[in-house]
Amino acid sequence: MRLAIAALAGGLFALGLVIAGMTTPANVTAFLDVGGAWDPTLAFVMAAAIATYAPVARLVKPRRQPIFDTRFHWPEPRLVDRRLVGGAAIFGIGWGLSGYCPGPAITSLGRGSIEPLVFVGAMIAGIAIARSLSRR
Amino acid sequence: MSVESVLRALMGGALIGLAASILLVAHGRIAGISGTLGRALDRDGGSDLRLAFLAGMVGIGIVAAQLVPSAVGASVRGLPLLAIAGLLVGIGTTIGNGCTSGHGVCGVARGSKRAIVAVLTFMTTGAITVAIAGASS
Repeated sequence: MRLAIAALAGGLFALGLVIAGMTTPANVTAFLDVGGAWDPTLAFVMAAAIATYAPVARLVKPRRQPIFDTRFHWPEPRLVDRRLVGGAAIFGIGWGLSGYCPGPAITSLGRGSIEPLVFVGAMIAGIAIARSLSRR
Repeated sequence: MSVESVLRALMGGALIGLAASILLVAHGRIAGISGTLGRALDRDGGSDLRLAFLAGMVGIGIVAAQLVPSAVGASVRGLPLLAIAGLLVGIGTTIGNGCTSGHGVCGVARGSKRAIVAVLTFMTTGAITVAIAGASS
């Protein structure tokens, strides 16, 4: 049951990405093409996702435990630092270059073609590199 | 931009928010995809959940790609650029602790200042990159 709910959440997440048009890299680069043929459609994806999640997160916050766990795994409160800004900046370059962010890239593996596979493989390599560097 | 594409964006976005809500209410975890992937094998009691979540994503990806091939991952770049982009996304989301989902949806929805700064930053560098590299090649 526990794993089925997690898989269901992943499936719904991916379905949302597909319906929203996030798994079409051309839509993403058009969204980022602010100085060109800008298509702001994808801003509505973020707005609707936030509007749905925000009240749930607010309701859940005072609670002590979720259904299948003994505690909530909230991110540790931290300050804005150079790592955050630098990392986000690097991510944005890769995102703009490909039109893939992690969720749509993983969903696109289902396509069975080489492009998402190369992207996700490189992404995993990037994660491994960054983690091994930060462990030093 | 069309009425239909905006409606689809809203509907898809609401589903994404619902999926993230389920993960929070059921498992107490944040639906950040870069972290879910990066920590997929971490031994902290959440590995099986992360793998199940990722399997659900790929499963729906397979079904969707059969139904609407053009809507699932048709790349706008060649392989060398994709490999570079993938590396950058992996490195950047690990150092910056999140991507469009963890920061962009979950973090911003909780009013996290870090998430808001991250979103403004990756949208800015993403836009600059498209301005230089073009929207497709």
